[in-house]
Amino acid sequence: MSEPILIKDAVCSFCGCLCDDIDVEVAGSRIQRVKHACRLGSSKIMGHERMQNPMIRKNGELVATSFQEAYDRAAQILLAANEPLLYGWACTSCEAHKKGILLAEEVGGVIDSTATVCHGPSVIGIEEKGLPGATLGQVKNRADTIVFWGCNPAEAHPRHFLRYSSNSSGRFTPQGRDGRKVVVVDVRETRTAKNADKFFRINPGSDYEVISALRMLIAGKGESIPEEVGGVLKADLADLADVLKSARFGALFFGLGITHSRGRYKNIDNALSLVAELNQYSKFVIMPMRGHYNVGGIGQTLAWSSGYPMSVDYTRGAPYFNPGETAACDLLARRDADAALVIAADAGSNFPRAIVEALAEIPVIQIDPYENPTTLLSDVVIPCAIAGVEVEGTAYRMDGLALRLRKMVDCSLPSDEEILTHILESVQKQRGSMSTKEA
Amino acid sequence: MIIKGGMVYDPANGIYGEEMDLCIDKGKIAEDGKGEVIDARGLLVMPGGVDAHSHIAGKKVNTGRIMRPDDSRLGTEARTAICRPSTGYTVPNCYAIGYRYARMGYTTVFEAASPILEARHTHEELEAIPIIDKGALTLFGNNWQVMECVRDRDISKLAAYVAWALRAARGYGVKIVNPGGGEAWGFGSNVKGINDPVPGFDVTPGEIIKALAEANEMLRLPHSIHVHFNNTGKPGNYTTALETLDLLKDIKPSRMRQVVHVTHMQFSAYGGTGWRDFESKAPIIADYFNAHDHATMDMGQLLFGSATTMTADAPLEYGNARLTHNKWSNHDIELEEASGVVPMIYSKKVLTNAVQWAIGLELALLVKDPWKILMTTDNPNGSPFVNYPEVITLLMSQPKREAEMATLHDQLPKRTTLAEIQREMDWTDIAIMTRAASARILGMQDKGHLGPGADADITIYNLKVDEVDTSKDHALVKKALSSAKYTIKGGVVVSKEGQIQATPPGRTFWVDAGVPKEDSDRLMADIEEKFARYYSVQLSNYAVQDAYLPHAKVIKAGLSVPLQEVA
Repeated sequence: MSEPILIKDAVCSFCGCLCDDIDVEVAGSRIQRVKHACRLGSSKIMGHERMQNPMIRKNGELVATSFQEAYDRAAQILLAANEPLLYGWACTSCEAHKKGILLAEEVGGVIDSTATVCHGPSVIGIEEKGLPGATLGQVKNRADTIVFWGCNPAEAHPRHFLRYSSNSSGRFTPQGRDGRKVVVVDVRETRTAKNADKFFRINPGSDYEVISALRMLIAGKGESIPEEVGGVLKADLADLADVLKSARFGALFFGLGITHSRGRYKNIDNALSLVAELNQYSKFVIMPMRGHYNVGGIGQTLAWSSGYPMSVDYTRGAPYFNPGETAACDLLARRDADAALVIAADAGSNFPRAIVEALAEIPVIQIDPYENPTTLLSDVVIPCAIAGVEVEGTAYRMDGLALRLRKMVDCSLPSDEEILTHILESVQKQRGSMSTKEA
Repeated sequence: MIIKGGMVYDPANGIYGEEMDLCIDKGKIAEDGKGEVIDARGLLVMPGGVDAHSHIAGKKVNTGRIMRPDDSRLGTEARTAICRPSTGYTVPNCYAIGYRYARMGYTTVFEAASPILEARHTHEELEAIPIIDKGALTLFGNNWQVMECVRDRDISKLAAYVAWALRAARGYGVKIVNPGGGEAWGFGSNVKGINDPVPGFDVTPGEIIKALAEANEMLRLPHSIHVHFNNTGKPGNYTTALETLDLLKDIKPSRMRQVVHVTHMQFSAYGGTGWRDFESKAPIIADYFNAHDHATMDMGQLLFGSATTMTADAPLEYGNARLTHNKWSNHDIELEEASGVVPMIYSKKVLTNAVQWAIGLELALLVKDPWKILMTTDNPNGSPFVNYPEVITLLMSQPKREAEMATLHDQLPKRTTLAEIQREMDWTDIAIMTRAASARILGMQDKGHLGPGADADITIYNLKVDEVDTSKDHALVKKALSSAKYTIKGGVVVSKEGQIQATPPGRTFWVDAGVPKEDSDRLMADIEEKFARYYSVQLSNYAVQDAYLPHAKVIKAGLSVPLQEVA
């Protein structure tokens, strides 16, 4: 057996933290050890059960086939559809995104990311109010006040505290956790709440009211709010307002607890306004806790390619964007999408039940390293190499910072980018032969 | 390829409207040529346009797109057999940026401000912009390493850092934006002038600018420092401009070019103590430039209508957001910079906006030497770049300016001198301000002129030079400038009569400067400490990888390289 190779400072392609200090020991074509990563990242990098063969559904059963046949069948499905949906993109590289956007243009489809069931409302909030933010290192070096609202990094982004936020230290924060005030707002006492100096348990669905109350208190209009808001006493909220106003540098991190509770994008709009207003008194920034490691990247790539960060409809040849109309769930709910390509995401697990039922009614192409509930309703299944482990490429961290993913080991399977390129070629070829026949 | 019979304006080579043929061979201007012949008899022919300051790529621009779906809906064009789809007006998608510049006859454009840490993103977008050649200026004015070198008066180490960082960012030149102000903004404040100490760093903005200018000349970089002044956008800021310029007047340039390029001068030529008595100080600024040779500027012309302001001057953007109650994005970058984005509408009904509009034109018309001032709108801060033909026609036509002024606030003549200026620019002036001077100021030897060996970037406009009265026929001129008859990039016809013909990838220029090993060794100890303690990324993941510049053009500079002087 060959000497193990040590890969230093690899980027972890699990969550939006994109920790880039991972050491990986490789022997032969196998990863032996992963150092510095959290349990989630380590488990992904070490790998688990993979799909090996492309499959096509015949007489109701998925049967093994060749890659070329899978590409051709995928192209055929996309070409036959009036409004194909190209969905997912959160767990692959921007190089794959670029090919996916080209494919969406080519077949006149709609391209949407997992943001639609995640931080999509944050994007809409940002369209209303803008995003007063910073890179994570700015928080590490400067923040003396940190608020986690409706998010649970202790379990979803395990190294966030130590690398970037509450427990990190930097130039103006040499005392680390001891020099900081940490506030958690949530509907239940999460593990993140246990790290807080002050935990506010609010009533489910009351985020909008609580944020509004804070804005009133900060603006000095506390007299017009009731004694209790969202299950929190006014006096406690007044204390919180004072903490926020007296921050030297404050950071508010938020998660799906407010993007997908009652109010949705209005909650985010309100939180963005709160942070913008706090800048009259203190320095304050806000950041969405992006989940999948490159859901930020598809937003960036789509924005510079089409002008819009998600839910982009190319059926008219020019990009059109109207979430509520062109988002993945909208299309499926209305039974408008008549074929779907699901890549680097598991729609079968994450979509609402009625939407999954709609997905089951149409031809589905899946590109993924793993078998998952989406596989069960797919008609073409193409296994791929794992970006960030077996393929290099680009990903965008939750603060919008682009990093280069490393290739750690070889893989005999094609990358997402290669698969999409083959499908694109097959689309062009089949379209070419169709137009020849017509002529 | 041969372009026959055009009226050629090539001021860098002393050609001011002569009928002559141009030959192209292997993408370069040549003595002889063969193949396709383009009939340009009597038509206006110039080198391809060079834009030295435009926000076209990177996180700020993309933030503008993301927060402005309203803007992306404008200017939508469907995909064609040749082109990807276009969207946007003030913040177009990458494809539209390439196509629209090419249609106007521009072939080289420089992104004005890219942080080192986020340069990877900048290059992703630059690479997605088709056709045009490009590069990015790298931000240094609020960088901890820079400020520490300045504090220690260690210019050699500073030069080593500039060289290292340009390589890490694959950057072209040294950009300085509101020096010290971005660091102060890290805790929500700003600096008030060039002598106001930067909190926590024991340096002043003036010291930062001067030291970076010295390092820039020590490295013999093709471009000079490129400065966005402190107090930009504030009434009364012309004094800051003059103080800053004076600080640099004794620095010796290492090449035949300026020592400092001042960007979007319009935003820093303001008098008054507030918005109520806001007035133009363009004549004083223009006098300074007329009397000194160490500085050049670009206009930063403002036009009425929609814009998206975006700058590394984050406190300025916060001020814009407070002033307009518009949506506000901010993005501070650890150890390096800050930035902000705010949408804006400039209105004819607002006296301040009318005065701003007049100031840009006054500057251009009062500076006597067109080699000292470039035509820009600080795209998309003053106006999107597609409106350059409007600016050019305003410069060429006094009647057009008069007609426009008649629609503006009646206080305007009391606040500016524009109404008194009779000067009308000619094609030589325009060729200098949009091509020759831009290339010279950037230090690009093969751009902005049509001598043998130059890049075969050529624009042919559908204007009969001898027949058009640019003063009277400004509408016709504007139409012709908006859509070149031919745009030729590297010897390839990329646009014809406003239709894109081909979309070759453009090259990305960056500067690799050599420094003595002892300086870089001293520097690396500092850098390693910065990454160990402060950055949120590892040093080994910091620099832009070559994969992001598949069409790179490396320009060598530095202490150990023998250099040719720029023409």
